[in-house]
Amino acid sequence: MNQPIKIVTVSDDSDGFVLSDADAQAIEHEKHHYEDPRAASIEALKIVQKSHGWVPDGAIKAISDLLGIPASDVEGVATFYSQIYRQPVGKHIIRYCDSVVCHITGFEDIVTELEKQLKIKPGQTTPDGRFTLLPTCCLGNCDKGPTMMVNDDTHVRLVPSNLANILEQYQ
Amino acid sequence: MSLSINKTAESHPLTWCLREDEQPVWLDEYRRKEGYVGVEKALAMHPDEVVGLVKDAGLRGRGGAGFPTGLKWSLMPKDESMNIRYMICNADEMEPGTYKDRLLMEQMPHLLVEGMIIAAHAIKAYRGYIFLRGEYVEAAENLRKAIEEAKSAGLLGKDILGSGKDFELFVHTGAGRYICGEETALINSLEGRRANPRSKPPFPAVSGAWGKPTCVNNVESICNVPSILNRGVDWYKGLTVNGSNDCGTKLMGFSGRVNNPGLWELPMGTTAREILENYAGGMQEGLDLKTWQPGGAGTDFLLPEHLDLPMDFEHIQKAGSRLGTALAMAVDHKINMVSLLRNLEEFFARESCGWCTPCRDGLPWSVKVLRAIEHGEGQPGDIETLEQLCRSLAPGHTFCAHAPGAVEPLQSAIKYFREEFEAGISGQANNLREIRGIQPNQQ
Ligand SMILES: Cc1cc2nc3c(=O)[nH]c(=O)nc-3n(C[C@H](O)[C@H](O)[C@H](O)COP(=O)(O)O)c2cc1C
Ligand code: SF4
Ligand code: FES
Repeated sequence: MNQPIKIVTVSDDSDGFVLSDADAQAIEHEKHHYEDPRAASIEALKIVQKSHGWVPDGAIKAISDLLGIPASDVEGVATFYSQIYRQPVGKHIIRYCDSVVCHITGFEDIVTELEKQLKIKPGQTTPDGRFTLLPTCCLGNCDKGPTMMVNDDTHVRLVPSNLANILEQYQ
Repeated sequence: MSLSINKTAESHPLTWCLREDEQPVWLDEYRRKEGYVGVEKALAMHPDEVVGLVKDAGLRGRGGAGFPTGLKWSLMPKDESMNIRYMICNADEMEPGTYKDRLLMEQMPHLLVEGMIIAAHAIKAYRGYIFLRGEYVEAAENLRKAIEEAKSAGLLGKDILGSGKDFELFVHTGAGRYICGEETALINSLEGRRANPRSKPPFPAVSGAWGKPTCVNNVESICNVPSILNRGVDWYKGLTVNGSNDCGTKLMGFSGRVNNPGLWELPMGTTAREILENYAGGMQEGLDLKTWQPGGAGTDFLLPEHLDLPMDFEHIQKAGSRLGTALAMAVDHKINMVSLLRNLEEFFARESCGWCTPCRDGLPWSVKVLRAIEHGEGQPGDIETLEQLCRSLAPGHTFCAHAPGAVEPLQSAIKYFREEFEAGISGQANNLREIRGIQPNQQ
C-alpha cells in the first residue's frame, strides 16, 4: 500500500552522525562512474547503511554536502526506495517474497511460522534487535518458492519446519 | 535448467554453454565456446550494418513489450555530433513470476557483456550501465568479475581489440521498487532520483540519461545479439517452430504447483502445453489446471483450452493476453481467484510510484474491494466497481504502463471467473452507504 506521508525534519546536528573517511572515499569513488554526482546518491545511502545498519538524519545531511545536492532530494530518494531504511532495523533482515507464485506455493504458512518463532509481525524488529521481518516482491526464485532472503543469502523451497534451523544460522 | 537435452550452439544459443555444475562460465571457457566471436565480427562492420542485421533477424524485445530491437537501435539520432550516448541494460527483473535474466547473469555473465559491447558499437555508445536489482547479489558479483576479465583482455575500455572503439561498462545496483524496471523510471533512478517515469516524448533515444541519447534493452534481448552476429540472420530466423512469425529462441518457463517448475530455452512458437506437460512435468498429483498467465503478473489470464497456442507475441495476443516475459504461471483448481487477484493487486498497489492519481488511488481501492469480496463481505455493485477501475486504469489514462499491467489479470479474471467474485457478494444491499464510503486512501 501507499505509505502515509511522513514528515521528517532534517537538522544539522541531529544525531551526532559522523561519516567515516572510508565511507566518504567510497562515495567519492562512486561519483566518477556518472556524468553527475547526484547519480551516486542511492549508492551513497547504501554505503552508509552498510556500516550503520540504517540511515540516520545526519547521514542525509552528510551525503547532501558530499554530492552538492539539497538534503531534501537525498531524503526524497531515501524514502522512495524500499531497501533504504530510515529507522533502526535488526542485525539481520528477513525479506520474504509475498508475490503471486509464492502465494500459490504457500508463503502465508511461512510468514505465520516466522511470526510465531520471532514473536513479531511483518514490519517489526525483535526486542533483542536480532531480526527485522519485511515482505518484499518477487525475488526471482518463483520456480523454487516459497522463498526469502536473510541479509544477502537466498533461501528457497521453504517449509515451516525448517525455518528454525535457518534462523539459527543468524545469531 | 534441469532437463538434460542435447544442447548445441545451433539449437540453444543462449544456454548451450551452461555448465552442469551451475558455476559461472568465465572468460577462458567462454572464449573456447565461441565467446566474443560476435564482438570481433561486429567491430569489423559499420554500426549501421549491425543495426540492419539485428533488424533483419527479427529479434523482438524480451523485456515484456516485444518492441523490435533493431528498430529501437535505429531510432538513435543520426546526428554524429550527439556523441555522448548511453547503452543501458534493464536487469531490474522484478515482475512476479519472472526468473530468467537471473540465470543468464549468474551463469553466463560474459554473454551479456559481449551483447552490451556489440549493442554499444551499433548505437555508438561510449558508456554503458547494467541496471541490476539490488537483491541479485550473485549476479552483481559475477558481472563485475566478468567486466574485469573483459577489461584485462582488451574487450572493454579504450580501443577494443584494436578497432578504435571505446566502451566502458558499469554495474549499477538498485535499492528496490518494481517501477525501476519501467525504462524512463530506470533512467531517473540511474540519475539518482526517485523512480517516477518520465513523460514520452521525448523518447530515451532522443533524450535519456542526463538528457543524452540512450537505449534501454532487457538482459535477454541483449544476450540474443552475439549469436545473431556469429551465425547470421537465416539461422536465427530458422530456429522458430509451429509457423510462428517470431524469431529465435526464448527462455520460457512454468511455475506454480507443477511437478517440475523451471526455465528452458525453447524455440519461439513452442506450445504452452508442451512446456507444461513435457518440461514442467504437468500439474502436481490431484491438481487440475484452472487457468494460467503466459508471461508474468501483468498479463491476462488464459484458459486450459489456450494451451495449444504457440508461445509467441502474435498468437498469445490474439488470444487476448500478452507473451510478456514468457514465463508462465499455472493456477490450479484449489486456488481461489479472488484471493489470487487480491494478492496480485496488493503487489501493484504497493509498487505504484504514486505519480498519477488513477494508479496511486485506484489500485488500493481495488485491493479494498477485493479484500471485502474475499471475506464474503462484498456488496452489490462491487464487481462493477472493479470493472470501472479496469476502465479507468486502462492504457491512455495513466502516466506509464504499470496501471494497465495491473488491470490485465483483473479484467480477465472477472471475465473468466465471474462466479467466484459473485460468491463473495453478501447479497444484502443494506449498507450501501458504507460502500460509497470506501475511500481509496484509507486502508
Ligand atoms: C512497471 C514496469 C516494469 C518493468 N520492468 C521491467 C524489468 O524489470 N525488466 C525489463 O527488461 N523490462 C521491464 N519493463 C519494460 C521496460 O519499460 C522496457 O520496455 C524494456 O526494458 C525494453 O527492453 P526490450 O526492448 O529489450 O524488451 C517494465 C515496464 C513497466 C511498465
Ligand atoms: S501509472 Fe502508476 S506507476 Fe506509472 S506513473 Fe502513474 S502512479 Fe506511477
Ligand atoms: S513470486 Fe515469489 S519468488 Fe517470484
